[in-house]
Amino acid sequence: MTAYTATVTVRLKHGVLDPEAETTQQALERLGFDLEDLRSADRFEVDLEAEDADDASERASEMAERLLANPTIHDYDVEVDER
Amino acid sequence: MTVAIIRFGGSNCDRDAERALEHLEIDAEIVWHEDGLPAETSGIMLPGGFSYGDYLRAGAMAARSPIMAEVREAAAEGTPVLGVCNGAQIGCESGLTEGAFTTNESARFQCEHVSLRVERDDTPWTAAYDEGDVIDVPIAHGEGRYEIDDERLAELEDDDRVLFRYCNEDGETDPEANPNGSKHNVAGVLGEHETVAVLMPHPERATLPDVGPTDGQGVLRGFEAADGGA
Repeated sequence: MTAYTATVTVRLKHGVLDPEAETTQQALERLGFDLEDLRSADRFEVDLEAEDADDASERASEMAERLLANPTIHDYDVEVDER
Repeated sequence: MTVAIIRFGGSNCDRDAERALEHLEIDAEIVWHEDGLPAETSGIMLPGGFSYGDYLRAGAMAARSPIMAEVREAAAEGTPVLGVCNGAQIGCESGLTEGAFTTNESARFQCEHVSLRVERDDTPWTAAYDEGDVIDVPIAHGEGRYEIDDERLAELEDDDRVLFRYCNEDGETDPEANPNGSKHNVAGVLGEHETVAVLMPHPERATLPDVGPTDGQGVLRGFEAADGGA
């Protein structure tokens, strides 16, 4: 078994309104920053022991499918690194 | 019949629901989620609140608690299930109903009276109304914007599973009458069976005559209507 950190990033699907990101963008603009767009995402770092990177990735994907993301509004991706 | 009002950590409309159902002489009992559904359960209410602090997403944690497997099983067997506010979010998160309730377009918590148009009158939850009726029921939520992909929404509409839409006093579902940016002004939907419904507005807060309008009574009477073989 090897120690991995699986990083799960959960984003709103393209086209789904993100009022928090819009509010954040407005706040940045009020501070004088010039930007075209801003998107927010949730990132989960999961430490786990797995046979190999594929196993770690598969398990983290299942976590995303079953809880971390809501497939109705979210896309997600998983990256795995040895710890 | 006995309606089980399921209390999760952070539910806060459970007692309001109990009192409203008692006022309508519908037997109800608050049930702690860890205790499971009582054997005599003949209706299930998922009350409003902030279960598990809305961590991750509103309703996400409660939707994965073991009692929800029992609720889905009961719903499939025809037991009436009503999810209100946080209960609606839990309903969608647990797959009882389609779509998701997410951050209001305003990015603010909104607590106000709204008008709802009754889209169907042939379900237990709306048997007390006529199609097209406009009812006054309050909302109190930060994450009530109904979101679903356009294709699925079209299918839901084709299947006549939209139960309530936000509207103005004349029953028009214009954008100004939409408090939270919900797609097509959707405020409440039916599950696979019409005995399962979720809505963001609070019918239990529009039931007791002492606290204002009583337009919400008909929704809660759905437990009786469903029990009567509707």
